[in-house]
Amino acid sequence: MSERIRLVVDGKPAELDADPAMPLLYALRADLALNNPKFGCGLAQCGACTVHVDGRPTRSCVTPVGAVKGKKITTLAGLGTPERPHPLQTAYIGEQVPQCGYCLSGWVMTAAALLRDTPKPSDTQIRQALAGLKCRCGTHMAILRAVKRAAGAKA
Amino acid sequence: MTPAPLSRREFLKAGALVVSFMMPGTVGGALERAGATTGGKPPLTPDELDSWIAVLPDGRVTAFFGKMDMGQGVDVAIAQIVADELDVAFDRVVVVMGDTAFTCNQGGASGSTGVQRGGVTLRYAAAEARRILLDRAAEKLSVEVAQLTVRDGVVSVAGDPRRRASYGELINGQHFHHKLEWNKQYGNPLLAKGLAIPKTASEYRIVGTSIPQRIVADKVFGALPYVTDVKVDGMLHARVVRPPTAGCAPVTVDESSIGGIPAARVIREKDLVAVVAEREWDAVRAAATLKVTWAQPCTPFPPMETLHEHIRQAKPIGGGVPVNKGDVETALKTAHRLIEAEYEWPLQSHASMGPACAVADVRADQATLWTGSQKPHYGRNGVAKLVGLPPEKVRAVWVPGPGSYGRNDAGDAALDAALLSKLTGRPVRVQYMRHEGTGWDPKGPAAVYRARAGLDAQGTVVAYDFFGKGFTRQDVATTESDPKDTLAGQLTGYAPKPTVIFQVPAEAYDFANKRCGWECIAPLLDRGSPLRTGHLRDPLGPETHFASESFIDEVAHAAGVDPVAFRLRHVSDPRHVAVITAAAEKAGWTARPYPNPRRGTGHVMTGRGVSYTERNGTIVAVVAEVEVDRRSGRVWAKRFTVAHDCGLIINPKGLELTIEGNVVQAVSRTLFEEVAFDRNRVLSVDWASYPILEIQDAPERIDIVLINRPDVASSGAGEPSTRTVPAAIANAIFDATGVRLRRVPITPERVRAALARA
Repeated sequence: MSERIRLVVDGKPAELDADPAMPLLYALRADLALNNPKFGCGLAQCGACTVHVDGRPTRSCVTPVGAVKGKKITTLAGLGTPERPHPLQTAYIGEQVPQCGYCLSGWVMTAAALLRDTPKPSDTQIRQALAGLKCRCGTHMAILRAVKRAAGAKA
Repeated sequence: MTPAPLSRREFLKAGALVVSFMMPGTVGGALERAGATTGGKPPLTPDELDSWIAVLPDGRVTAFFGKMDMGQGVDVAIAQIVADELDVAFDRVVVVMGDTAFTCNQGGASGSTGVQRGGVTLRYAAAEARRILLDRAAEKLSVEVAQLTVRDGVVSVAGDPRRRASYGELINGQHFHHKLEWNKQYGNPLLAKGLAIPKTASEYRIVGTSIPQRIVADKVFGALPYVTDVKVDGMLHARVVRPPTAGCAPVTVDESSIGGIPAARVIREKDLVAVVAEREWDAVRAAATLKVTWAQPCTPFPPMETLHEHIRQAKPIGGGVPVNKGDVETALKTAHRLIEAEYEWPLQSHASMGPACAVADVRADQATLWTGSQKPHYGRNGVAKLVGLPPEKVRAVWVPGPGSYGRNDAGDAALDAALLSKLTGRPVRVQYMRHEGTGWDPKGPAAVYRARAGLDAQGTVVAYDFFGKGFTRQDVATTESDPKDTLAGQLTGYAPKPTVIFQVPAEAYDFANKRCGWECIAPLLDRGSPLRTGHLRDPLGPETHFASESFIDEVAHAAGVDPVAFRLRHVSDPRHVAVITAAAEKAGWTARPYPNPRRGTGHVMTGRGVSYTERNGTIVAVVAEVEVDRRSGRVWAKRFTVAHDCGLIINPKGLELTIEGNVVQAVSRTLFEEVAFDRNRVLSVDWASYPILEIQDAPERIDIVLINRPDVASSGAGEPSTRTVPAAIANAIFDATGVRLRRVPITPERVRAALARA
């Protein structure tokens, strides 16, 4: 039941043999040795596993790897780098947002899509776009500041 | 003591690349050089200066910290303290923490004591290192120590800066080999000091500045390895299989039921059932597929809706009256007016962002544990006892975990991994699933509080009586240092032995007759309980002070006194007065009647509330402003003003962010969180069944007033603001609605019901 599956992950072609029903998260973490998407719930309830699939924020813990064959996957590590950071990453560092940081993929990848589609979101639009994500350390105030800061930086 | 050696297993394969596995909080090179200098490092005991500070030949400094940072930046504060004391630049200091091979047991992350207690020894050690280096410089430069100055790790003769020697030259690749005085206590009380007198606050240049956390960038670029990312050669993936009903042992395990997953197999030790596989997904599927017959349910839990009645009725197993001043009973009898109220707090889950994970490699003669636990030294001791090795043959290495606010599921995962590694003879990685993380972590205790106060005819408080009753905060201990306090231990024959410990309010109200007491009741299930109680951020703090500070507000209202003025009337300690005053002033608090006469005539009512508490030397006052929607019952805790005095402030920005996190997490616990259960099982097993605050409910604004007291030793900040928030919200709801909510969580249903009754 294992199949050869090809993906493009963070701009690079990747191949693996896997059960197509296996969640994308396990393919990224176990087969492709990418650490940054996290297992938080396996139920699409928290967002810690979020990656972009062809630009769309997607909960990789419930997305079968077979359903994303050939697609472009972008993880937090592919969104930006220390040399070429995404404005949200710069803002997150500036605002010192994370405590444990385990939830970051959900917030940053979801907010990146928001800012791409709505470059100047209102407070209400930010809160609506980020609904459904979890942060147990309670860093929400800093998250809001960072998203607004990144929106300003993009201007 | 001989720690398990650094192992090749610390290198992991990432694709075709073998990359060095860098422990967070350490710098590989610095660590190796610290260990590789000539002369041999003395044994890792607290009475050796080398156990705390290493000065490398290039002048860099390594500080070995036996406590932990769980994301709030304690390690930055420690580096600031050490840099200031040694007169080196902040960037020259690296803090190593969480590795039992390199740090003494200062208690791990515990009770907000990272700076308060852990920082003290580091400060003494750094001062002593500076003293020794200056002595050597004086000898080398042939001057008196008094003629020397130090700047960025370079010692020079005052007025003749060409005569100089760097710390690197002075240490010359050696260790200090210098003894400290040590109080012979491990854990939080550990104190070691030398002859040097640390600097006074006026001499600090780095302490008091907002240096950011370097590790944040690693997190933000997805580059930081977490404990969930540790990979070890030959490692098996494991999943545990917990009983569907609490307290039920496995009767039969049908191994053929996972025959469709040939790579997976069952491991069973007494009542612990697990599956292991080479590939993680196979372990996940096997755990979900495995058919186990469990013993009949033993119905250990009362109906959930009767939990607090159960607490009221249950026979106490211990108690105390730590505050008993004057004659409360007589004063209550003769009072002009009696005010009484009861408050209830539910069981709550850590519900850490990810379920716990640990990796263990247990060999015949040594073991290594990678853990996200707050207390790796105690994890080492627990693993050692469980697998039958001396503690010095076990090395525990902390790697950041998926959130930690006390004794969460990380301690259980550590011992599960160790036991499964021993049983399989392979390194084993255990990661829990969400339903185990939320459903089976130790819970914050539920409690009932009864408060009474007597007023005389003038509205003065003549008697105050506060009594709490609930589950102990240590059904399982605050550490995993004994298998009896872990699921792996309890399921394999270690009988639990709860410590009976509770709490009374921490404040400074000076009532003539005052009594504060408590009682604990027995755990609902004697072992392997998903409702066992343990330490959750500020253990019993939010519970106790929700009740006590709500009640003070009720008394103020009955006395017809403004709640800020009432508190100030009964508090005399100037620091306490300053904190309450600062919060009220910043919030623009002016006395007016309450409930709010201008709460609004529409569906949304607004109100404000105040609360004030103390915790181990830190004083916090909070003003909350809320909106209550009378149709939906939704409470939005819209604005907070926090005044905070924890003595000398090491890092103001880090402190503010820590307080913000505490406030938001406390809002979550006050408005949303309650562990649901039926007679046989916990029903809160994920984010749908254990909701927490989401961003639409985050406050609009949190204003923080930091009161810096350079002349007062730093006290903790990781928890104290947590306990102050719940009552501030409840008091604001009363102001907005005229209705008192005395049960947490204050859900929309409960608000609607209370408004309907009013």
